[in-house]
Amino acid sequence: MIIKVLGTGCAKCKSLEANARQAVAEMGITAEVVKVQDMKDIMAFGVLRTPALVVDEKVVVYGKVPTVEEVKAFLK
Amino acid sequence: MFIFEWLNNQLLKMEWLFVLVQKLVEGVFGLSIQDRLGGSIHFFIYDVIKIFILLSVLIFSVSYIQSFFPPERTRKILGRFNGISANILGALLGTITPFCSCSSIPLFIGFTNAGLPIGVTFSFLISSPLVDLASVLLLASIFNWRIAIAYVVVGLVLAVIGGTVISKLKMEEYVEPFVFSNKMMEMEQEELTLKDRIQFGKDQVMDIIHKVWLYVLIGVGIGAAIHNYIPESIISAVLGQDKWYSVVLATFVGVPMYADIFGTLPIAEALVVKGVGLGTALSFMMAVTALSMPSLILLKKVVKTRLLVTFTGIVTVGILIIGYTFNAFVHLFL
Repeated sequence: MIIKVLGTGCAKCKSLEANARQAVAEMGITAEVVKVQDMKDIMAFGVLRTPALVVDEKVVVYGKVPTVEEVKAFLK
Repeated sequence: MFIFEWLNNQLLKMEWLFVLVQKLVEGVFGLSIQDRLGGSIHFFIYDVIKIFILLSVLIFSVSYIQSFFPPERTRKILGRFNGISANILGALLGTITPFCSCSSIPLFIGFTNAGLPIGVTFSFLISSPLVDLASVLLLASIFNWRIAIAYVVVGLVLAVIGGTVISKLKMEEYVEPFVFSNKMMEMEQEELTLKDRIQFGKDQVMDIIHKVWLYVLIGVGIGAAIHNYIPESIISAVLGQDKWYSVVLATFVGVPMYADIFGTLPIAEALVVKGVGLGTALSFMMAVTALSMPSLILLKKVVKTRLLVTFTGIVTVGILIIGYTFNAFVHLFL
């Protein structure tokens, strides 16, 4: 599973990345967390508000930081 | 009218708090608020508490309204209009679309990529930081309703004219080409429940307070210093109403500065009390919020220098005109 965190490096993007990593660790699944910081790549996902979370190339959350529990729900 | 005035004075201007803080400063600290030190301490405590109470209540209610107008929806609505009506709508939606400066770039790209004229996007980008629903109520609290409404009107006019001029100049070629390349996917709209909207409101309050508290403290601190320590003669020599250059000076000092509107309001308040023209103080506020180095640096990533300079120039000239106009007609407002 590939999890992408979209964001240009603002504080919220960092907390989203941390939550995503923690969710992966707590669930004990094998997943790769990738940061996408280039504007062109973020654009390709159609996101108007960062940060956003992409699971297997599908945008699941945008414009807010989901909690660890919420991220877990998306990974199931 | 009497009831409205009483509610206005107690809820918006918080006279009860003014009296309460006065009791604290005079009774507990043993200082008179007529004195320098007592007056400054009173201004500081009263303004900080007032701004944080208003901020929390206002942001919560404003966010609730905003949750109905996410940028995705704004973009859809704007796509249905043309010409100046699109600019007017862009400016109006700018006031109610939740927006954080770190999202300005994806937003700019998203709007432009979807085929909205850049002028409309700029109308939105000018009004969004300038005329925020919460800041309008704060203006009404610190000054009065006439000023708050006049501020909204001139802010919107500036956004509409600025965007229209950029449209007329046909500056699309000065947008970085990658913004137009590969069409973005259309996102599906998420349906929000009442619970989601309330949660969004709470998150926004936490978020914004976390982001602005330092600016508010610094702003009120400077306000308190201006209020009681900087002699009126110095302030009026530099920024006095009879000085033609006061508006220019206030604008050019404000442009590179980055602060939230909530931090600049107490400074504007103290300046006006010290005899600085209302227009001069508003120019300073608008220059600080509408233009700032960090936001210009961000915009530079998606537009070329020529368009960036045009945008900055139009907004600066607009702010100067607003400042002089307010100074000329100040008797209507205070």
